[in-house]
Amino acid sequence: MNFWKDPIQVTADWLMSLFTGWGMAEGLANVLISLLGIVILVTIMLVIDILLVWIERKVVARFQDRLGPNRVGPFGLIQPFADIIKLFIKENITPVGVDKVVYNLAPVLSVFSVLILWAIIPLAPVIIGVDLNVGLLYLVAAGAIGTLSIIMAGWSSNNKFALLGAFRQVAAMISYEIPMVVALLIPTVLAGTMGMLGISEAQQGMWYVFLSPLGALIFLISAVAELGRAPFDLSEGESEVVAGFHIEYSGMKFGWFYAGELLHAFTFGGFWGILFFGGYHFFGLENWGPLVAAAIVLFKALLGYWVIMWIKYTLMRIRIDHMLAFNWKFLVPLSLVVLMVTALLNTLLRGASVWILFLSMFLANALIAWITIEILRGRSRIAREKVEGSAQPVVESAHH
Amino acid sequence: MTILFLITAVVILASAVMVVTSRNLVHAALWLVSALFGVAVLYALLNAGFLAVVQVVIYIGAIAILFIFAVMLTRREMRDTGPGLNKNWWVSALTSILTFGGLAFLLSSWSGFSQTPAAIPSGFDAVSALGDALISPDAFVLPFEVASVLLVAALVGAVYIAFNPRAGDSPRAGDSPRAGDSPRAGDSRK
Amino acid sequence: MQNEWLYIGLFLIVGVALPAAALVLAWLISPKKSNPIKDSTYECGMETVGESWVQFKAQYYIFGLVFLVFDVEMVFLFPWAVSLGKLPLFAVLEGIVFILILVAGLAYIWRKDALEWV
Repeated sequence: MNFWKDPIQVTADWLMSLFTGWGMAEGLANVLISLLGIVILVTIMLVIDILLVWIERKVVARFQDRLGPNRVGPFGLIQPFADIIKLFIKENITPVGVDKVVYNLAPVLSVFSVLILWAIIPLAPVIIGVDLNVGLLYLVAAGAIGTLSIIMAGWSSNNKFALLGAFRQVAAMISYEIPMVVALLIPTVLAGTMGMLGISEAQQGMWYVFLSPLGALIFLISAVAELGRAPFDLSEGESEVVAGFHIEYSGMKFGWFYAGELLHAFTFGGFWGILFFGGYHFFGLENWGPLVAAAIVLFKALLGYWVIMWIKYTLMRIRIDHMLAFNWKFLVPLSLVVLMVTALLNTLLRGASVWILFLSMFLANALIAWITIEILRGRSRIAREKVEGSAQPVVESAHH
Repeated sequence: MTILFLITAVVILASAVMVVTSRNLVHAALWLVSALFGVAVLYALLNAGFLAVVQVVIYIGAIAILFIFAVMLTRREMRDTGPGLNKNWWVSALTSILTFGGLAFLLSSWSGFSQTPAAIPSGFDAVSALGDALISPDAFVLPFEVASVLLVAALVGAVYIAFNPRAGDSPRAGDSPRAGDSPRAGDSRK
Repeated sequence: MQNEWLYIGLFLIVGVALPAAALVLAWLISPKKSNPIKDSTYECGMETVGESWVQFKAQYYIFGLVFLVFDVEMVFLFPWAVSLGKLPLFAVLEGIVFILILVAGLAYIWRKDALEWV
């Protein structure tokens, strides 16, 4: 089997023959090979994480019309490594009264909940950790563990601001999980499977962003809220709850929270790309080999990450009551309507050509968007008239 | 597989004991999370992948968080409340030993433990089969719809009990645009 | 089948072990000069006032409750969504009825102002 066509399997077979040649039992060899693959994947992810720190600082600098780190190494590329070294050798300050076990477990769980997501991401038709047939629910489960880690961090810090920030963040995160799960249901309906590989394969004809642009948008908005990034970063608002749930964390523990957040954003960019933008499909380019397909997926993840950064550095922070009202009174009903319309159209048009499907679904999405905007305009007009008074200005007649 | 099951069972039992004996309420909630995660691992060992992730999503992601919220609603969570033993602990110990003995006797006389379970055909997609069962009229469609009614009943009941509108908030005097909302009950709110 | 979850289990173990190892490494190589001022709780640079416990708003619990109900609804909808491709139209309508009942519940609590964050 050609190495470039199926690198993982070829390597695994070679290692298996090596291990059994040494006399190891096959089950144990299997476990060792899996373990090796996992460690390599996690290490690659952590290295990408370090690069993401550099990308983030350069991009935010450009958005703010400045240069960003450019002293340490060419273009500041060594800067994140210097930061990591600094975080490692910082003193481990543990404030009085913290609950030591929970306090130290929280950052580990936070970055754990992001790392385990890479087990199900299909980088290529043959490069995937494991193709769980419940992949999307696994994504939601990992988010649940992340939410738990935030409560643990906030509570164990023995600090009013940390507790307050943690509760707000958790209230926002669990609220925005509903539109995110509904937006995840849309590719499930369109592809007929929850497995990530199945959803990627089903987008060979047409990417799902064209079939359901509103679904992609809702997923993006709720993903940004799940990440706790601006404009939904109320719990980290420096002027409000100082740093939210990670006030009392310093050194590598804080490093894991920070790096975990960036990697989480990158992972959600990856999911956005896989679920809505075709995954590793790119006009047939992925057939050149699995490594090209993996590069395509990582490139789409970077694009999604760039969009998330763009949103962060452009929009202002939203107040917590506006955030929750936006979720429960707008996103949840809208996402449910989009889901119902998508399911209905998908079943009614089963067997039709992909262009008819695209046309009808796109038009249905456009119709829903138009109706939504009209309703919002109507309600804002009513609210504005209540404030300003709806009488026509009578000043005009005096000037005639 | 057996050794994995044994390790998981020990973890679940130990976490359950810690839930009951822990003096700090939030610690008890976290031990509960550990026990629930152990149950999810058990589901995965039994090849019920869907149930395993659903266990994590619902129990750990929603119910455990609700427990922690409820614990934080009371003032006592920060204090060590001392040993929680009741004066009549021997009554409850006797009752639980009798119950356990009865259950063990009942279960040991069930013949199902010695039968091998039917093999699942390969390529069997459990989630798809579950979906088919939830929809088809001679399977579970009525419980499926009744479940949604049950969920709405729980929601309405909980909000009715727990929600305390402040005075001056709820009675919307002279707020006529509000009446304009209801004719749109036919389509879902956008 | 077993192999999938075994892989996930190994992934979970490595996912916990690697960050924990980094924390242990950081603890080993960091200086340990603790003093009471450094270790005191942070409150914008001042001494802490009162207990470090805040009155928890009951509204958090309401949001958690509503989230729980909708979460269970989503879990019911996932098998429905997966098997939708092979089923006739009434399957979609049954699912839509399911969703509409829950939207009615949401409308009720919306009208009751239980979704306000006051």
